[in-house]
Amino acid sequence: MISLAGRDIRHAWGKFVFTGVGLGLLIGVTLTMAGVYRGMVDDAKVLLDNSRADLWVVQQDTLGPYAEPSSLPDDLYRGILGMPGVARAANVTYLTMQVGHGDRDVRAMVVGVVPGGPGEPGQPGYLIAGRHITRSHYEAVADAASGLALGDRIRIRRNHYLVVGLTRRMVSSGGDPMVFIPLKDAQEAQFLKDNDAIVQQRRRTAANPAFNRPSVPGLLEAVIASQNTNSSVNAVLVQVRPGESPEEVAAAIRRWKRLEVYTRAQMEEILIGKLIATSARQIGMFLVILAIVSAAIVAFIIYTLTLGKIREIAVLKLLGTRNRTIAGMILQQALALGVLGFVVGKIAATFWAPAFPKYVLLVPGDAARGFVAVVVICVLSSILAIRAALRVDPAEAIGG
Amino acid sequence: MADTRATGIRIEGLRKRYGAGETAVDALRGVDLQVAPGEVVGLIGPSGSGKSTLLKCLGAVIEPSGGRMTLGDEVIYDDGWKIRDLRALRRDKIGFVFQAPYLIPFLDATDNVALLPMLAGVPDREARERAHEVLAALDVDHRARAMPAQLSGGEQQRVSIARALVNRPPVILADEPTAPLDSERALAVIRILEKMAGQYQTAIVVVTHDEKIIPTFERIYHIRDGRTHEEAGEGLRP
Repeated sequence: MISLAGRDIRHAWGKFVFTGVGLGLLIGVTLTMAGVYRGMVDDAKVLLDNSRADLWVVQQDTLGPYAEPSSLPDDLYRGILGMPGVARAANVTYLTMQVGHGDRDVRAMVVGVVPGGPGEPGQPGYLIAGRHITRSHYEAVADAASGLALGDRIRIRRNHYLVVGLTRRMVSSGGDPMVFIPLKDAQEAQFLKDNDAIVQQRRRTAANPAFNRPSVPGLLEAVIASQNTNSSVNAVLVQVRPGESPEEVAAAIRRWKRLEVYTRAQMEEILIGKLIATSARQIGMFLVILAIVSAAIVAFIIYTLTLGKIREIAVLKLLGTRNRTIAGMILQQALALGVLGFVVGKIAATFWAPAFPKYVLLVPGDAARGFVAVVVICVLSSILAIRAALRVDPAEAIGG
Repeated sequence: MADTRATGIRIEGLRKRYGAGETAVDALRGVDLQVAPGEVVGLIGPSGSGKSTLLKCLGAVIEPSGGRMTLGDEVIYDDGWKIRDLRALRRDKIGFVFQAPYLIPFLDATDNVALLPMLAGVPDREARERAHEVLAALDVDHRARAMPAQLSGGEQQRVSIARALVNRPPVILADEPTAPLDSERALAVIRILEKMAGQYQTAIVVVTHDEKIIPTFERIYHIRDGRTHEEAGEGLRP
């Protein structure tokens, strides 16, 4: 038995192909939206992977350092380092800001790390060019996505830094490229005030009789000096000794140091379940709307194609064609349109995904789910057209 | 199964009522008609006379309200009773030729003709051989691979006649088959139908308004107000 659907498609292949391409672009957008969500999740996981920490020690009752502000004294890590089961502990600061480069600026997450070799928590794990930060000031390692190159000079607040190394896929949970600088510089950058503000603060401190006591010489200078330095960090990243349970080490730190400690699983839950949850719901809404729009378009196209063949369908029915043959023809056309649209959409998404400013991760599982969804949508969309075709009276083929 | 070819088509006292109560319309009020195998008869009548209703009843498209219809020895309707599968009956035992050819635009001439046997379960190759045979009988086999849009009006009509004939149905119903054609082509179509009726021993009913061809039938059924009466025609001159 010849394929009526196939012959009809072959007969009007131009219309079919153009319709399929149009639908495919819509499916491509849908797949890309799923890829944007996957990219956000992957960015969050990459952020945790790149920290190379087993535990995140942060200010009590906060979800820091990525989801909420967290402030800890920078000498706290010594006490943590002495806890049983802790192999390494390092201070770290995070600050998302505009980093100046020539006459332009780059949105980046500035990470303050203790200068040293790779392996320390918080340090960039591998470099694609250059070297790690070895000096305590004014050197930076930047992610390649920032567009910076080795030897570039960047400006963070009022200080300039030389880019000495480049990394890849070191991004924040929001997809911003990371720029690593020495911890002391990062601490200063977080709380650095302009000169006018410093002068005003000194004047106010001097005017306070509690700090400016004639009977206590040196007190005012000491207070002002403490105001000009920042000894806070956002978190302490901890690596536990091999064989030790991160949960047990975390429990000990919580108990003895009165701090909030998150394990990798808990931090992943914070990043994915809380930090990007709203964005995920937003994308979910887009996916639902795109699915509905796709279904409406497929239904409209198939319905219109069927209405264009009403006379032929009436003739086929008059000649004794079974209803299921006619329904099969419409269904096959809907599925063929869906498959063509999916192939076009997948190819389009694969081509345009790298051009997106944020990471778009196209997962084969999403493509498989998308394909199943397209098939289901095509089947449901064809119902309207099949109903219209089955209602056609064979008598319409006979005049009068 | 009964031999439907032995006695052609016969209807007796066929009635069709549309609607019910005071608004009911009696489109057919006891129509009698008989066409022998190999015979071509004309069915003529003014608009609203019941021609189309009769054609639809003959074509098993609508069910009559009463009366009897037989194809050969097989009873199709009998006062409210009907055979179960009217669709299969239309496919296997009734051929249709329409005013316009109504060929399926995405099938070539061969497949337009072969589609019916294929729908009846005949293997594709055999169905196409049958189609070629009928197309050859109608002198249009040289256009076998052409799509309907590539055929002339006359060629399309011959392909549609081939489609009606391919399953060797005992009856063919032709609804205004010459309406869009000039006199010469209209007569050519009637000659083809006459030839095919004789060759395939098929009873053919031609519904027409066409004054040019009405005299060419040997028997003519006039239908008026839902009733028929028969008269002799001149028949086709050689």
